[in-house]
Amino acid sequence: MTERTVIEAVRATIQAEMRRDSSVIVLGEDVGIRGGVFLATDGLIDEFGEDRVIDTPLAESSICGIALGAAVNGMRPIAEIQFADFVWPAINQLVGEASKVRYGTNGVKTAPMTVRVPYGGGVRGGLYHSQSIEVLFAHTPGLSVVAPATPFDAKGLLATAIRTNDPVIFLEHKRTYRLVKGDVPDADYTIPIGKAEIKRPGTDLTIIAYGLMLHYALQAADMAAANGISVEVLDLRTLRPLDEDAIVESVSRTGKALIVQEDTLSVSISSEVAAIIGERCFFDLDGPITRLGPPEIPPMPFSPIQEAAFMPSPDKILAAITKLAEI
Amino acid sequence: MVLSRHLDERVWLLNRQGKAAIAASAQGHEAAQLACIEATDPSKDHYLIYYRQFAAMMALGTEPEEMLRGFLAKTDDPMSGARQFPLHGAHPRVDLFNFSNVIATQLPQAAGVALADKLKGSDAVTVVFFGDGASSQGDTHEAMNFAGIHKLPVIFFCENNRYAISVPLEKQMGVESVASRAVGYGFPGVQVDGTDVGAVYEVTNVAIERARAGDGPTLIEASVERLLPHTTDDDHTRYRSSEDIVQMLNRDPIRILAELLKRRGQLTDSGDEEIHALAKKRVNLATDTVDAEPYPSVESMFDHVIDSSGGHS
Ligand SMILES: Cc1ncc(C[n+]2csc(CCOP(=O)(O)OP(=O)(O)O)c2C)c(N)n1
Repeated sequence: MTERTVIEAVRATIQAEMRRDSSVIVLGEDVGIRGGVFLATDGLIDEFGEDRVIDTPLAESSICGIALGAAVNGMRPIAEIQFADFVWPAINQLVGEASKVRYGTNGVKTAPMTVRVPYGGGVRGGLYHSQSIEVLFAHTPGLSVVAPATPFDAKGLLATAIRTNDPVIFLEHKRTYRLVKGDVPDADYTIPIGKAEIKRPGTDLTIIAYGLMLHYALQAADMAAANGISVEVLDLRTLRPLDEDAIVESVSRTGKALIVQEDTLSVSISSEVAAIIGERCFFDLDGPITRLGPPEIPPMPFSPIQEAAFMPSPDKILAAITKLAEI
Repeated sequence: MVLSRHLDERVWLLNRQGKAAIAASAQGHEAAQLACIEATDPSKDHYLIYYRQFAAMMALGTEPEEMLRGFLAKTDDPMSGARQFPLHGAHPRVDLFNFSNVIATQLPQAAGVALADKLKGSDAVTVVFFGDGASSQGDTHEAMNFAGIHKLPVIFFCENNRYAISVPLEKQMGVESVASRAVGYGFPGVQVDGTDVGAVYEVTNVAIERARAGDGPTLIEASVERLLPHTTDDDHTRYRSSEDIVQMLNRDPIRILAELLKRRGQLTDSGDEEIHALAKKRVNLATDTVDAEPYPSVESMFDHVIDSSGGHS
């Protein structure tokens, strides 16, 4: 067991998977000698060489297209998109192409590739270093979308993503990289894609969250406990496929649901979760399905006061908990 | 070549009969495609095609029935189980594939396939086909740039038929040729008459040897004619002049090859007729067979979205 940050867990897992399987390669901008701008691949070029740790030209579409081509020819590439905000040039190769390889070849070809995407705000990143980009991928059959929030989950889910025989979009919240620490077993383990986890049990209401918001929700739940409100916190961990049963089980038990996300609310993960609860928990609900998210403006302003006003926070979540609990 | 032509013609007929929903034709491109394939080794090389490589697929041993199953969207379509347009999916016997209709996406993918071969130490070569229109896409630039940097074993095979649907070459590029761009990527670019089987074979052979030796990519630009409209949904008289249409018919590669062989005394008129008659018979047989075959069941549309076993490496 070693205490690690999220970024350390990511790095250690890539290293372990590259040791375990020689078909695992890393490609992206600055992943070589620089070790990635967040140091997710720090030192890997020394151990595995330039053949397996490839500094690509500055061209995201081809980073993903090349990863896809290598994947269908026997490799297990891990493509790094430097910041989620720059994934848009590659959307075609991911949503358009990679997602349909298995289906479009009637199962003959598969694309075992992982695309690591550092995303999210609260890092003074302004409009182009703060974006949440999960919805478009989560909307796409044929892709899996994973968004771990802890070092433990990052390791288990990244190992699974790399070993999975289909494309996985692996979302790493930038604010959690060094903020969140936790014990990570040194031994090999995996966590299945598509499984949510109750990170804190409770009885009065369920908060459903992922990424950085999971941590804010846990803080808010602690604060609510001091006021005598028992909050359960469910970490989605995977955004496609959503763990419907876990959502339904928890909300049916507590009778109230608060969905918290950093991404724009309209047509989002929270919309989908709300729809699932509406469809499957209707008779167990003791209050309105409630969502907390940022305002509907482009995410997110650079100036600190506006950024803070934009981001959901433990205090804002506590206010939403209190209001919902009183109903 | 003749069989490909007759089958290609049949597909258009089947479209007019309402049986084939859409077709793009290789008519006019056959010599370039066949000669290119001839220089490769189907037992190990990779082929990333787009919708126009009808003759290339035939040259790689695809049976007329298999081709027709794609066009008629029948259950045993070997490429995609009739999920995709004709010529899309993956070939059952050779490593030929075409994941999508989105122009030029196959070029970075081809660079990735070639990268994997380089890492594995394989001497397989990847041949990626694209049109003059596709040469304008960013993916084309990105793929060639990467392939040049890493000296990948890939051949960029451009079939330049001077039109991207209706848009002519002079509105597609400010340079004379696609091949001239290769200099910007650090590898050779060659222009070749795509109606000349011998010439295409020669340049492809050189490119193959270069790639197998680890010396890197080649961009080949084969000038060809698109003898028919862009697809069965197009009418090229809306944008091609009558002189242009007459001119291009003089560059029909099948006629050119037959005349050459006859001049050399390697083909007689009756021999030529016999080849056409045999091809027609083969096409008739395939049409009757496939026409009677069933469409895929509704249930099968749920297969192969994602690994249902959750299988891991
Ligand atoms: C990205 C994209 N844009 C537009 C289209 C529509 N489209 C299909 S074929 C075509 C022209 C392609 O021309 P070219 O690459 O020269 O190939 P050709 O058909 O002449 O063989 C266009 C515009 C498409 N399939 N993909």
